[in-house]
Amino acid sequence: MLRAWTPPPMLALFGVFLVLPAVLPWIGGYTYLGTEVMIWAIFALGYNLLLGYTGLPAFGHGAFFGMAGYFLGMSQKWWTGGLWLPLLIGILGTVACGALVACFVARKRGIYFALLTIAFGVMFWFLVFVLDTWTGGEDGLTGINRLSVTLPGWGAIPLRDNTAFYYFVYAFFVGATVLLWRIVNSPFGQVIRAIKQSEARARAVGYDTALYKWAVFTLSCAFAGLAGGLYTLARYGAFAEPMSLQQSGNVVLMCLIGGGFASFYGPALGVVVFLVLRDVFSTLTDHWMLLYGLLFMGIILFLPEGILGLVQRFRRPVGFHDTRAAETARTADAPPVTVIKPERRP
Amino acid sequence: MSSPVLETHGLRKAFGGNVVLDGVSLAFQPRRLSAIIGPNGAGKTTCFNLLTGFLRPDEGEIRFKGRDISALRPDRRARLGICRSFQILNLFDEYTVLENIRVAVPAMRRRGFDCWTPAGDLAEAEDRAARIIRLIGLAGREHVMAKHMSYGQRRLLEIGVALAGEPEVLLMDEPTSGLGSRPMETLRELVQRLAEGLTIVVIEHDMDFVLSLSQHVAVLHRGTVIAEGPPDAIRDNDEVREAYLGGLRYMRTL
Repeated sequence: MLRAWTPPPMLALFGVFLVLPAVLPWIGGYTYLGTEVMIWAIFALGYNLLLGYTGLPAFGHGAFFGMAGYFLGMSQKWWTGGLWLPLLIGILGTVACGALVACFVARKRGIYFALLTIAFGVMFWFLVFVLDTWTGGEDGLTGINRLSVTLPGWGAIPLRDNTAFYYFVYAFFVGATVLLWRIVNSPFGQVIRAIKQSEARARAVGYDTALYKWAVFTLSCAFAGLAGGLYTLARYGAFAEPMSLQQSGNVVLMCLIGGGFASFYGPALGVVVFLVLRDVFSTLTDHWMLLYGLLFMGIILFLPEGILGLVQRFRRPVGFHDTRAAETARTADAPPVTVIKPERRP
Repeated sequence: MSSPVLETHGLRKAFGGNVVLDGVSLAFQPRRLSAIIGPNGAGKTTCFNLLTGFLRPDEGEIRFKGRDISALRPDRRARLGICRSFQILNLFDEYTVLENIRVAVPAMRRRGFDCWTPAGDLAEAEDRAARIIRLIGLAGREHVMAKHMSYGQRRLLEIGVALAGEPEVLLMDEPTSGLGSRPMETLRELVQRLAEGLTIVVIEHDMDFVLSLSQHVAVLHRGTVIAEGPPDAIRDNDEVREAYLGGLRYMRTL
């Protein structure tokens, strides 16, 4: 039963992040890095629904990550105030924009899908500067507050405290990860993976694939919206830079280097590698971008399935979806698998 | 005679200037195995793609139980009960046999937007899938990934996925394509059993297979139906022999 909620690797992941703030200072890290990793992990894991599970190369997803911050900020400053409602409005606003964009891209395939998502991403990025009376344009939308959370029995906990904010994000990280795990193992998850493997077959067995692609795009925007809102709180402001094409590319890289095609956890690992190496390299040399670029090139060239893809070359998949089925095949009296070359037609 | 389940009237389809089908009218009677035969390039697969909605006809209409379905998309037609298998294997390769079948079962399809329940917990879909797997003779291999199976078994699975949709009309595009003699026998038995309760339309190259199994044969040649009738009549039809003269290898069986 527990497997349906959190399989062992996920429990381990949650465990590590639970004790991380206590450990980080010892290994030369800082709490904010952990916070940043969890926020990007929510974004990347949600994005992988599109890239890894449905096989849709959306290259402008940073726009949704970034726009959530503006929705949150505008709501907190000029409309509702507070913490929870702006966070919710951040998600809902992003989902609404995502659903609209999805209407245009859901029927496109391959390169056309990719180009159209880039075009929308750039459009939203420009919109930030066009609407600079609301968004602050180049300066960003600053002065966003991390207010207090009131927990029964604990009283009000000010999120200005970095450790408190870490655990605030941690709660969302755990919730989002569990939710995503349920999604990829649900009937919906099965359908989107089927679409990735053969869209024609999925249609032939009765699935309106365009509708499913629309739904999964919109769903991934909800996670982008949550992550973007938390990121804005973390930085006390919403800025245009996460919406740029380069940042949209970063989330794709995170998924690829971690192994988003091979494992559920790939994107999370990719985020850790990406952000930690950024910190390490930038302390070592001024030309850290060069090292960074070379490393990623190496990974893409030699580990096309990402880091967790390497692990899975040597064993059955541990976690792209629930592998109970695969395990019974290994242990039960299943006949050995034989691969026979297809016979040629006369 | 009862009215046909699936019928076409004056179907025409051209790709650019190349007219592939021209005025094809066919009628498929319920619970009967009908076959469409014809030399390479006769338009058989195009005809199938029109019937299943993967292509739209330029002219003519397609009726399913009297209703015009010419404008419906493939997924709508599948939900109505017109299911197909593909000539070039089209399976979910990264899925196990069970997952391939289960995702095609209507009990699963109706829950397609359920994002919460684990897929394995849908008992109805699981039962149905298990029945199909027994029927196609792949019991015991449920958890083998499709891409790891032999070609013959993948052919059977291809039909299994189409069957999982609980079709009223099953369209099979060259089910014996590339099969050796032993898997061919398995397939023949399966098709024979299915034909007892199902309307089946099959495209086939293998004359033995077609003429021994089917009750009705339509011969396509250069986009038109040149002959139609029971297998015995087709065997003796001069025009059909003429059409096949180009492909001498079929003559032996004719």
